[in-house]
Amino acid sequence: MSTRIAKQGRLIDRSRPVTFTFNGKPMKGFAGDTLASALLANDQVLVGRSFKYHRPRGIVASGAEEPNALVGLGVGARFEPNQRVTTTALFDGLCAVSQNHWPSLEFDIGAVNSALSRFLPAGFYYKTFIHPRAFWKYIYEPVIRQSAGLGKPPKEEDADRYEHFYAFADVLVIGGGVAGLMAAKTAAEAGARVLVLEQSRHWGGRTPVDGGEIDGMAAEDWIAAVVSSLKSMPNVTLRRRCMGAGVYDHGYALGYERLTDHRPGTEGPRHRLWRIRARQIITATGALERPLSFAGNDVPGVMLASAMRDYVVNYGVAPGQRVVVVTNNDDAYRTAITLKQAGVDVLRILDARPTGGGGLMEEARGLGLRVDCGRGVAKVSGGKRVAKLAICAQEGSGAALEEIACDAVAMSGGWSPVVHLWSHCGGKLDWDEAAAMFLPDVARPPVGADGAGFVQTAGAASGVLSLSEGLADATQAGRAAAKACGFKAKKGKLPEVTELGEMPIAPVWLMPASASDELRAKAWLDFQNDVKVSDVQLAAREGYESVEHTKRYTTLGMATDQGKLSNINGLAVLSEALGRAIPQVGTTTFRPPYTPISFGAMAGDARGALFQPVRHTPIQDWHGPHGAEFEPVGQWRRPYAYRRADESLDGAVMREVKNTRQAVGILDASTLGKILVKGPDAGRFLDMIYTNVMSSLAPGKCRYGLMCSENGFLIDDGVVARIDDQTFLCHTTTGGADHIHAHMEEWLQTEWWDWQVYTANVTEQFAQIAVVGPKARAVLERLGGMDVSKTALPFMTWADGSLAGIPVRVYRISFSGELSFEIGVKAGQGKALWDRLIAAGDEFAMMPYGTEALHIMRAEKGFIMIGDETDGTVIPQDLGLNWAISKKKEDFIGKRAQARSHMTDPTRWKLVGLETLDGSVLPDGAYAVAEGVNANGQRNTQGRVSSTYYSPTLGRGIAMGLVLHGPERMGEVLEFPGIDGKTYQARIVDPVVFDKEGEKQNV
Amino acid sequence: MLILHCPYCGVSAEETEFAPGGEAHIKRFGPGASDEEFRDYLFARENPKGVHFERWRHAYGCGKWFHAARCTVTLEVFGTYPAQTTEPPQAIRDAISAKRPGWSWREFE
Amino acid sequence: MTRYSAFAVAREALSYHTGWGRAWRAPEPKKRYDVIIVGAGGHGLATAYYLGRNFGITNVAILEKGWLGGGNTGRNTTIIRSNYLQDSSSAIFEKARSLYEGLSQDLNYNVMFSPRGCLMLAQTQHEVRGYQRTAHANALQGVETEWIGPERVKELVPIINIDGPRYPVLGALWQARAGTARHDAVAWGYARACSDMGMDIIQNCEVTGIRRDGGKVVGVSTTRGEIDCDKLGLVVAGHSGVLARMAGFRLPIESVALQALVSEPVKPCIDVVVMANTVHGYMSQSDKGELVIGGGTDAFNNYSQRGSFHHIEHTMAALIETFPIISRLKMLRQWGGIVDMTGDRSPILSKTPVENIFINCGWGTGGFKAIPGSGWAFAELMAKGQSPLAEEFSLDRFTEGRFIDESVAAGVAH
Repeated sequence: MSTRIAKQGRLIDRSRPVTFTFNGKPMKGFAGDTLASALLANDQVLVGRSFKYHRPRGIVASGAEEPNALVGLGVGARFEPNQRVTTTALFDGLCAVSQNHWPSLEFDIGAVNSALSRFLPAGFYYKTFIHPRAFWKYIYEPVIRQSAGLGKPPKEEDADRYEHFYAFADVLVIGGGVAGLMAAKTAAEAGARVLVLEQSRHWGGRTPVDGGEIDGMAAEDWIAAVVSSLKSMPNVTLRRRCMGAGVYDHGYALGYERLTDHRPGTEGPRHRLWRIRARQIITATGALERPLSFAGNDVPGVMLASAMRDYVVNYGVAPGQRVVVVTNNDDAYRTAITLKQAGVDVLRILDARPTGGGGLMEEARGLGLRVDCGRGVAKVSGGKRVAKLAICAQEGSGAALEEIACDAVAMSGGWSPVVHLWSHCGGKLDWDEAAAMFLPDVARPPVGADGAGFVQTAGAASGVLSLSEGLADATQAGRAAAKACGFKAKKGKLPEVTELGEMPIAPVWLMPASASDELRAKAWLDFQNDVKVSDVQLAAREGYESVEHTKRYTTLGMATDQGKLSNINGLAVLSEALGRAIPQVGTTTFRPPYTPISFGAMAGDARGALFQPVRHTPIQDWHGPHGAEFEPVGQWRRPYAYRRADESLDGAVMREVKNTRQAVGILDASTLGKILVKGPDAGRFLDMIYTNVMSSLAPGKCRYGLMCSENGFLIDDGVVARIDDQTFLCHTTTGGADHIHAHMEEWLQTEWWDWQVYTANVTEQFAQIAVVGPKARAVLERLGGMDVSKTALPFMTWADGSLAGIPVRVYRISFSGELSFEIGVKAGQGKALWDRLIAAGDEFAMMPYGTEALHIMRAEKGFIMIGDETDGTVIPQDLGLNWAISKKKEDFIGKRAQARSHMTDPTRWKLVGLETLDGSVLPDGAYAVAEGVNANGQRNTQGRVSSTYYSPTLGRGIAMGLVLHGPERMGEVLEFPGIDGKTYQARIVDPVVFDKEGEKQNV
Repeated sequence: MLILHCPYCGVSAEETEFAPGGEAHIKRFGPGASDEEFRDYLFARENPKGVHFERWRHAYGCGKWFHAARCTVTLEVFGTYPAQTTEPPQAIRDAISAKRPGWSWREFE
Repeated sequence: MTRYSAFAVAREALSYHTGWGRAWRAPEPKKRYDVIIVGAGGHGLATAYYLGRNFGITNVAILEKGWLGGGNTGRNTTIIRSNYLQDSSSAIFEKARSLYEGLSQDLNYNVMFSPRGCLMLAQTQHEVRGYQRTAHANALQGVETEWIGPERVKELVPIINIDGPRYPVLGALWQARAGTARHDAVAWGYARACSDMGMDIIQNCEVTGIRRDGGKVVGVSTTRGEIDCDKLGLVVAGHSGVLARMAGFRLPIESVALQALVSEPVKPCIDVVVMANTVHGYMSQSDKGELVIGGGTDAFNNYSQRGSFHHIEHTMAALIETFPIISRLKMLRQWGGIVDMTGDRSPILSKTPVENIFINCGWGTGGFKAIPGSGWAFAELMAKGQSPLAEEFSLDRFTEGRFIDESVAAGVAH
């Protein structure tokens, strides 16, 4: 049984008991426990079910590499699936449920897959479920989806918040084990600004468990001393519970700090995503122990040897009472010795190496432990926990020599350096045959902006497993990193280390070496995804030879541990199956993050109101209280209409149009782009930017202009006002302000950089208010301060002056066909002027209007709207705007493009008005059909609707559209099938359906 | 996540401060150009695997356009320089030669 | 070759599956082929398959510098839809979608096409109009789509937040017969079928030169020797520019990084594909349970298969706004692919300035969904010299100014 023991437990506080529940069952642990150690202390050996076969699963590791022990944690708005129990700190009231089973963990119907596993090898689903076709959607896939997946998804919106955090360092050290600390100390003493991230709660990594003496101190004391000295240095920042998640180009790295996972519901953000820029990165990420591939290695109770040692030493938990240790290297002897000293029966040590190990083996024997060399495990049996183990010769096919009843197995297949962070950004690897591991190839590091390597590895992450060599390696890494940042490391004395020498590992990729087909089909590689040795061999046999093919075909290494345990074993099996050396087989790509990070942390603060910035006009706050319903336009929120209590939104729009046409309306036009263009060459420049001539515009006058892209398409329009000889103010559309300004700057800086022109986007510096309608002039005159009469301020002119004592610039321009004044005012006085206008307009029945009324009125006048009549494929010629395209100018942006054959094609669709025969409103985006179908069987078309509205002015639907030979076909009736099932008949008419002579705007 | 050096304001800044603007040193063809010249001006691109010259704008900084010589495979930046030139300055070309002997890009080497 | 079926799996189980043969052969290259396809991704393999199936051309080699299906075919978010606006786009994508429906049966390989439906959310008035226009166009193109209101969206995707404070869902374009498929299986299934027809798939064979006789192609040089051919098809996505340069012409193509990511697997929580273009993100759930997520592209040339992380942050913020429950799920893995973007963001299926060299590229961020249609049309173009499905996608459109612009409807990667 798995139980708490009286000895050991360096990380737990036995004076602080903690209660928690697992699947509703109350359990007890201590402060300092992980959920894993606490579950083991409560003899909860069965903790989950595997992905494919729903096999019973127990805790196999003690850290981030755990593939099996995943639980649903928390409840309601703080529920989270797939939490790894080995990295979950225990807290009072913790509530965990196991996953992927029905109806219960102990009795799972899905386990029938396990009984049928022989019929469900790797990739079986590619060969089956093919017929009949409809069954995939309706039967097979729903069943597969329900059976797959791991935890349940959350049901509620997250109650926690998250944040981003920026950090800069000369040297970022990822990993706070002894190597990381040593490297950090070395670099910091050289003067570098150092940031150290440690994913766990503790400094020192594995060393306190593995033992050894450093500088005459117990490892634990040495670690405390180094941490204390680092803490005292002002150029060092230390962070625990903060994982180095990913390394990206040019020294960018992500840290993932878990702030309140161990005390949920407390103040502050739950996670913090560190966006780090480092000049040098040292990955001191340690190494991970590999399992051994023998039949039944997935039975709960089979555990990594190092993990078992961790549970004893760190948490005072013995995962079994009668343990067998099986290994191919010396390190597992430490586990045997630790277990023995803790009072656990170590029944046998099976060492696959013919002559066993070195000093540690002797020490174990000295404690009375029996070591069998050249032996391995034929098979571990037991259902939901280990019951017995059959011993065999490693060099054989698995004939059982002896069976031992036991309740736990500690296995060690050697160690793999954690090379993930080295590899994320392109660091390459080398296979070390003797050490049986992939090592960082220091000659091919990830390179930064300057082309030099910016990542170093330190300690076990470099493949250096002994303490003394690891510290030396880390010192070297710290020095090199400091030097690369321009610091000079002092020559220090390396720490003195006392440790036992070890015998070399003997790679064991399959146990026993010639295991039968039956045994291979029970030897697990990927515990979570249920990939066995036989699956990888099947993939190789079927030609899925690339390591990427094998991975994808078998799903090896695609589980939530991303192959931390399984990948090396898997590719070694593949290498044997293909008869190719391991380095020729290669690895799959290491991708961030090192372990999964929350979506919440990635989004940070950008939620709800902070999701994206909102741009406000100076008048914004007035709109809401006056009934405005907003629509997003770029980052702005513009009033769509101002709805009164007793009317529909549509009704409000109709009222606003009518009132503006009959009396007067007022519009917050501040979002309109305003770009100042100034300089001796300003006119010449605008002649290139606009399709028509601007240089001839007289000061005091306004002119409508069109802008095209160099590819010929219409991109923006607006009124240009000439302020003085060298100054123009260019109005753009709301959405165009920023990109049109950028467009101008691009041409100025990269093509005509010798022209003397300056531009400034002053959109936000000025508010703009349109007063529109027959009584507009009366409203302005009521405010007084300047002459706005027809003679003083004719149509398409502007004047500076003041209204109600506020300095203004008034433009007589119109987008509605009405008498219209657009009043520019400094942003800070925009609201004041608006208030004065609203007050003055009262007696003239003035009402505010929104974007929809604006659109309807412009459509009644046949004015085009960028984004409606244009969609990126339309040229001005399509819209009958030839009058605004200069024929005299030699050049303007878009001119050459418009001369290409498709642009001059007479069959391009052209702008017309469309009038339904029955007065109904044409559907938005409807197409006019033509006879027959094209070569691909699609119905031929001859036009489309670009804008369509109900006109309250005319009392019927109005529309504009682009039609084949449209302007030549006035009066013809076209047919528009609607997606509402109706077919609309519309006559081709002039696009201007209101006041064609322009009498209203010229008064 | 690139770091680029703006040759105008002299700062090295995050990629998020900059806006990329495609291939550099493209000669404009306007009215009078042939269809092929105009097509190539607008669309034909080197798109090399290796040394590349490209335009960037310090969009959230000084607003200036500049050019970068960069490797599209390793993302190494060989240097940046103001956009007001029709060809890469010799110093930049030398810097590339030091790192990528024998490089060539369009007519430059 | 063993025909795949549940019966075959059961039979092989008796011998612990040691009896299965190779899914595709690993031949040595011959001296000469009628047709060489460069690139054994989905598009290249599909081209070869339809050359054989539709035109009886089976003396074909497919050359691959790495491993088949190792490029964008195996790196995308597996969305299949055909609700495009322009006639030429919707024709080829709908052809692809309809071929996907029967592909598992055609290939005797389960590609797991899952017609679960695709929603494209409209979150501004402008998008509402854009998608209504697409719906009208689709109705005339023979593509079944539907404009639906926010309540129907909520029914289809219960975890969606349609009342988002910033960008409420105003409706959506719904294509019920769109869906997803198992991307690797598409490449593997085509490869197996090609090999079965006697075609040679030659992996780890990089093309190092293109040999011409005058203005006409005669063969290629490769890391595995010289190979002659009558016709050459270049189907190498992001590396098209490199191959085109070998043949002596330039392309209107730029290669940029597109990123994607998956969550840890969870039980089913979203049954359809959702694309939110205003906020820039899209999401579906794989059969394995992972949320498969994508967003925008980097805008600079990049062959590194790594992208910039800020795109991922924006995508996640957008998707948490749209699906608030996912905030506590975790990113398992992120990756990048190199996508080939043309001047109008539509693909190129075309003859080239060199006689008998054909090019199929420029699928950008949307190539997976097109694979069968692309292969079908390109095979026809290579075999007959013209294809109605490919016609509008020729290279000369860039000279004529005859673009196929889909950004009108969807300005996001997909």
